[in-house]
Parts: sequence; structure tokens; C-alpha cells
Amino acid sequence: MNQFLQQLINGLSLGSIYALIALGYTMVYGVLRFINFAHGDVFMLGAYVGLYSGRYLSGKMQTGPSVVLAISVLAISMIVCALVGIVIERLAYAPLRNRPRLTVLITAIGVSLFLEYGGQQFFGAGPDNFPQILPHYEVLHTGALSVTSNQLIVLSVTIVLLIALTFIVLKTKIGTAMRALSFNPTAASLMGINNSVVISFTFGLGSALAAAAGILWAVNYPSINPLMGLLPGIKAFVAAVLGGIGNIPGAALGGLILGVTETLVVGYSDRLHIPPSYRDAVAFVVLIVILLFKPSGLLGKSGSEKV
Amino acid sequence: MKIAPGKIYLLIAAIVSCAVSNWLPMDQYVREIVLTIGINIILAVSLNLVNGHTGQFSLGHAGFMAIGAYFSAAVTTFWAPQLLPSVDLSSGIAAPLVFLIALLSGALLAAVAGLMIGIPSLRLRGDYLAIATLGFGEIIRVIIQNTDAMGGSRGFSVTNGYTTIFWTFLFAAVTVYVVSNLVNSAYGRGFLAVRDDEVAAESIGVNTTKYKVIAFVLGAFFAGIAGGLYAHFKQYLHPDGFNFIKSIEVVVMVILGGMGSTFGVIAAAIFLSLLPEALRFVPQVYEHLSGNPLPHLIDDLLKNRMLIYSILLIILMLTRPQGIFGGLGGRPAFLFRKKSARADGISA
Amino acid sequence: MESLLELRDCTMRFGGLTALSNLSLQIGPRDLVGLIGPNGAGKTTVFNIITGIYEPTSGAIELGGQSLVGRKASAIAARGVARTFQNIRLFASLTVYDNVRAAFTMHLRHGIAHALWRGGSFRKEEDEIGEQVLDILRIFHLENLRDVECKSLSYGDQRRLEIVRALATKPKLLLLDEPAAGMNPREKEQLMELIQFVKEKFQIAVLLVEHDMKVVMGICMRVSVLDYGIKIAEGTPAEVQKNPKVIEAYLGEEAAEEEEGKTPNAQRPTPNPE
Repeated sequence: MNQFLQQLINGLSLGSIYALIALGYTMVYGVLRFINFAHGDVFMLGAYVGLYSGRYLSGKMQTGPSVVLAISVLAISMIVCALVGIVIERLAYAPLRNRPRLTVLITAIGVSLFLEYGGQQFFGAGPDNFPQILPHYEVLHTGALSVTSNQLIVLSVTIVLLIALTFIVLKTKIGTAMRALSFNPTAASLMGINNSVVISFTFGLGSALAAAAGILWAVNYPSINPLMGLLPGIKAFVAAVLGGIGNIPGAALGGLILGVTETLVVGYSDRLHIPPSYRDAVAFVVLIVILLFKPSGLLGKSGSEKV
Repeated sequence: MKIAPGKIYLLIAAIVSCAVSNWLPMDQYVREIVLTIGINIILAVSLNLVNGHTGQFSLGHAGFMAIGAYFSAAVTTFWAPQLLPSVDLSSGIAAPLVFLIALLSGALLAAVAGLMIGIPSLRLRGDYLAIATLGFGEIIRVIIQNTDAMGGSRGFSVTNGYTTIFWTFLFAAVTVYVVSNLVNSAYGRGFLAVRDDEVAAESIGVNTTKYKVIAFVLGAFFAGIAGGLYAHFKQYLHPDGFNFIKSIEVVVMVILGGMGSTFGVIAAAIFLSLLPEALRFVPQVYEHLSGNPLPHLIDDLLKNRMLIYSILLIILMLTRPQGIFGGLGGRPAFLFRKKSARADGISA
Repeated sequence: MESLLELRDCTMRFGGLTALSNLSLQIGPRDLVGLIGPNGAGKTTVFNIITGIYEPTSGAIELGGQSLVGRKASAIAARGVARTFQNIRLFASLTVYDNVRAAFTMHLRHGIAHALWRGGSFRKEEDEIGEQVLDILRIFHLENLRDVECKSLSYGDQRRLEIVRALATKPKLLLLDEPAAGMNPREKEQLMELIQFVKEKFQIAVLLVEHDMKVVMGICMRVSVLDYGIKIAEGTPAEVQKNPKVIEAYLGEEAAEEEEGKTPNAQRPTPNPE
């Protein structure tokens, strides 16, 4: 039982990170009907911005790992990546606003590769060590069960960000504008909504969340490299599809489910007779199953083409 | 420019490549480039059938190549020597025979995989299909990586380097022949109809599922052939060489050449095979012309092939999404068509 | 009258929305029937369930006695049902010639193997098809445009091409979805002549969805009227025009009551919701 609880906690921690990335995918898809292939790489950028700002700030502050340091790094990373997300949107996606999704999808693949291999060029191929920005201690230790402060941080930051996001989407003007746009862009612009601004905002918001995910990831797994966004990015996309793409609570739910599933499969790998090296295949299998049986996801509604 | 080669072209290609490979002395380096070009042509033309002519965006082509590569390698490296221990498999009539059997069986297995993956996946549209095929391609890679008998993460060595220019260009010619002739027939108009408008295609009796699956399976078959040729050329296989980056490399060839233009993708395959080699000469040429060595940064950048591909993709999509040759008889309108009405939205 | 197409009690529900309710319809092999009704009445949905794009929630659809329900759209087309679309759906990257040629795929005797081997019989069939394509293009005066990309055609020519492509499948029943949309009066005249010509020359049945009353009343033998998915009237054009329920559906209750107040033989305005 203890092992199960442990795996559950580990899984929720992993799943929260997937959830944060998945939210960006789902919002952009909801508003623009396209899969931002490059989103996972913003996650990577977030980690790297955190790395450089962490090193710089801890040099300046001279106090070692602290909550203040961590929050500053988080904030800087989120802001920088939000801006990067907006710039990418303006330069690469906005000109293709009226083209079919396939064209934009290919462009997104190009942007993703650009970030990855440009990152290799710019940051070096890695791996790099993420500085410790947060004091690390065990919160709970009973027998075989261990909960670390890092895991609690991941969960609590995710919850805070989720609440903030829900507030923005449901209660603010721009959040309502986002939802309006996702249903009918023509009507939205006729109602006085500046579609371009809302779209940029959506990208910025999603990118900020991905950056946060990057920081949380790096705090837990301090070895980072420019290609680190590949797998978590794809898995987070699977999570978004699992929850119902376009559905915000769905993305969070999907992320958690996927994280727990992946951890359980690896944790019980000997019992299941599946080698732990198949961990990455879990997400792909989930993806295939969902796409074949319920493409609209757990919480999504099926859309249909008007004939 | 449409190619509808007759059987005579095949014969010519076979004879010419035979002559070239046997009687033309060739530098090892040049030979490698020529072989790479041939294999890339097979990959590009076969993917073009799926992505270009039929309009189904597959990102899993490398998976089928991997199946062809590893299975044919297993045939020549394990099973043939076991079944025929007394036969010398590296010369005489045995060599090409074993090779042919290995290639074809690898390709057939890839085709079967294409059928199994295609039937469920091809129900999906656009980006979903892309992600599903990507997922399947990765599943194949992970399975291979976990198969110890085929070397897993350590890699696998292939004993016999059967691949010759003759075989490569023979199969390249076959691939071009098959794809071209298939599409340029009354039957073949069905593929293009599926690409342009599935609903309209169904309304004139075109079974869209059948066409999509046929394209997918044929594409997988020839990817398998390419894989087998690759395995017996490089003589070393590693699962990382068949990940979705490899798939994307082939996709770039198809997009650059122009989706739906056989001639275009052949040209693009040749161009992109030569590009890394050409870029290697840039520092020397620069230094020769300007007297100064090329700045280290630019030299570095030029070696980063995927970085160049990524910029190429972005610029192409922004300026000329139909590719270089896409506009000439084979312009895929589906890259320009506006989005259709949608029924769902963000829910929270 | 022996019927070619028969719909019996067809209901189509999309989640909570009932698009069609217990619809019954009969079309004989040489009929020219019109289907009218206000926007959103379900007319295109009728086409979609006949051609297999949607499967009716309940009810029967039979063509020549054989059920169409549950069959793939391409299978239904193979049985002799052809259609055009409200928003023209041509194969944008193909020429006029190829758009029509694509319609011959379902009558091909040859398959993949022949396309690859390219033997004598294959080439003969390709030539035959080529001839048939040119023949049908000539009938509709499109043969000079055969190599033009259909994107470059005028709107009227595109509509004509869509009809030609549908006819190339050698159907028994042709469904036309608002063919007069976007046409000027002269083009509509030509369209009316075209439809009647098609019916006579190709000996087929035609089911026509149209908003333009002049077109419908001008050429249809019978008209069925839908409103909110229910058939509210059926009969000859003249009968349907006078039907108070039809008037109510188009012009509202007040207009219907106004009509009822007038003497039966007075001139009534035709419902023309344009």
C-alpha cells in the first residue's frame, strides 16, 4: 500500500507538470484550432531562463537557496517566456491566420526544431546543471513513504496557477474574450474584440505556464538540455487530448492521469512484465487508444464538419 | 511537370545504374553520396504518395523504414547463415538472392505494419493524424530499442554490405514508376480527389478509406525497401536513427519539393542529400574568396543541419507552402483552402 | 407509381436537436421533385441522410427496393445516387477534365495492378474513359475549358461542372443542393433549361433543393415543403403555393391569416423569401 501511495504522490507530482504544459496546448488549440508543436520547447526555454537567472541572482543575492530566490526565478522565467511566446506567434503564426491548419502545423514543427537546435547552438548541447534555488528537505518520512518539499512545491504551485488561470478565463474581460474567440472568431471581432490581442494573450499565458512547468521540472530533475522539451511536450499534448482538447479542466485532469499512469506502469513494471524502459511508450499508447475510441477526450465535446 | 514513365524507363534506369556501378570508378565518398541520394529518393517519393498525392499528413515514415531496415538485417545477418550454413552468402548468385529476399520481406512486413497502423489512424484528420502517426513511429522505435536481439540501444551491426548503386537506383526507379503510374491513371485520380475534398470524393463513389489505406501501405512498403537498402549500406543500425526527426527530414523533402509533385520531391531529395556536403565546402570557398577564415559561429551554424531545415520549413510555409515545384501541375490546394466552419470552443 | 427512392418515417437527431421528424418521401424514376422550406428546415440534412453522410436516427431509406441506411457514402454513390453541394465542392487542384475523369473511377474495370502494368486493355479503357469525359463535357459546352484549373472558372461554370461531374457517375437519381444560389436571373433561366435537359437526356430522377421559387415552381412536377424538419405540405407547385401552412412557415402567422380572410379565387402573392 505504501508503495502505491508513494507512486501516486510521485505520479501526481509528474502529472502536475504535464498539466501545466497541457494547459498551454489546450488554450491555443481552443482559440486557434491548431496544435502548437513548439510549445514543449517553451518549457525547455523556461528551464534555461531559470538556469541563467538563477545563477545570476544567487550570485547577486549571496543567500543560497531560498523562497525569495525561487519566486524571483519563477517570475522572471514566466515573463520572459510569455514574451517569447507572443513573439513567436506574431512572427510565425499570425501571418498564416487564414491558411489551413496543415500549413501552420508544419510551421510549428519548424519553430520547434528551431528552438531545439538553435538552443543546442546557443546554450550548448548540455546537459547543464540547474542551480538549486529552493531549500530541499523531506516533509514526511514514514517507513517506505517519502514526500519531499519539492513535490509539495510542484503540487502547490500548480494548484495556485490553476486557480489563477480559472479566474482569468472565467472572470476577466480578456478571459471571456478568449472563450468567445474560441467559439466564433468572426462574431467575436464583430463584438469589438481585438482578435489579435486576445490570441497573443493566449499564447503568452500558455507560454508562461509552460515556463513554470520548466522551472518545476528543473527543480526536481536538475539536469537540463535543449532537447528536454521533446518528450514532456508530446506527453503533455497527449494529456490535453486525453482531457478533451480545448477543455481547460480537461487538460489538468489529463495531465494528472497521464502522470500517475506513467509512474504506476514504471513502478509496477516487474509485476506487469513491462520493462521500465517502455515508460515513454505509455503516453503514445494512451494517445492511440484515445484517438481511436474517444477522440473528443474525457471532458470534450465532439465537433463536426458542416457539410 | 508530371512523370508518367513507361516500362522502358525502368529498363534504362537499370542498365545505366548497372553500368555506372560496375564500370565507372568511383571515389568511396562520392559513392556514399550517390547511395544516400537514391535512398532518399525512395523515401521522398513514397511519402509523397501519402502526404502529397493523397493529402494524409503522416509523420511516422521513419517507423516503416526502421522495420524494413531491422527485419532485412535480421534475415541476412541471422537467419540466412543459420538456414544455409554451407553457402557462401557474400558472393556468387547467393548474395543478390539473399539480399532481394531480405529487402522484400522487410518491405512486406513494413507494409503489414502500415495496414495495421493505417486502418485505425486514417480515420483521423489533419493534425490528429499527424500526431497519431508520430506516436506509432515512436512506439516502433521504443519496441526496437527494447529488443535486445537487435542490439537495442547498443546498435546493430549488419554483416554484409549488399547495397550497390545498381540495387538502389533500380528500386528508386521502381518506386517512381509505381507511384507515378498509379497516380496518373483514371484510378489514380481518386487519390487526388481524396486529398482535395473527401466528402465530394465519396459522393462520386471514391471509397476514401480504401484509397488512403492503399497509399499508406504502399508508402510503408517502399519505406521498408529504403530501410533495407540503408541497413546494408551503412551496416550499422541504431533506433535513434529512426526517430521522428528522421521522419521530419523526409517530410521536409516532400514539402520543399512540392507535395504532390513527383519530380519536385525527387529534386528536393537530391538537393537535401547534397546540401550537408555542399555546406562543408562553404568555409573553404569563403576563405578562398575573402582571404579570411569563416567566422566560427557561422561555420558552426552551417553544420547544424536541423537548424537549417527548421529555418527552411518556416520560410517555406510563410512564403511558398506549395514547395518549389508544387505550383506546376500538382498544386495542392488544400494548403491554401480556408478553414471550414467549426462547432466547438474553449470550455472551462 | 413505382418509386425509385423512398424515405419512410426518417428521423434525424443530432444530440438534443431534431433536424428531421418522421419524414416520408417518394421519388419515381422520372420525377423532378422540389424540396423547399425556410432556412434551417432540414433540407440539406435530407440530402445528407440519403447520400450516407449521416445515418438517420430511425427510419428507412430505399433505392430501388434496397436499403441505403448504414452504407458508406461511396457505396451509395455506386448504387446510382449523385449530388451537388450547397457550397460548391470541386477538386480544386484538378482541371475540368480531371474533375470529371475522377467520377469514372467507380465504373473502372481495372484496378491498381493494371494501372501499373499498363497493358493493352488498360490503355484501351483509359482511352474509352477519355472519350466519355470529352463527350459529356461537349454536351455542356465545357470541352474548351478542359485543361483549365477549375478554380479559375466562373461561378456559373463551376456550378455546371459540379453537375457534369455528378452526371459522369451515371446515376439514377441526381440531388441538386441549391444550384441557383448566387445566380442572376438570366443564369437561373439557363439553369432551369439545363435541369430539364439533364432529366430528359439522361433519363434520371432529380430531387432539387432550392430557395428560388421561380425555379422550383417553374420546373418541378411535385414539391415537398419542410419546416423545422417536418413535412408540412406536398403537392403540385400550384397547390403548395396556396397552402396556408406553407405561407405561415415562410411569412408568418399574420400573413397566413390574411390569406385565409381573402376570397379563394383572388390572386395570391407567391411566397418568395429572397
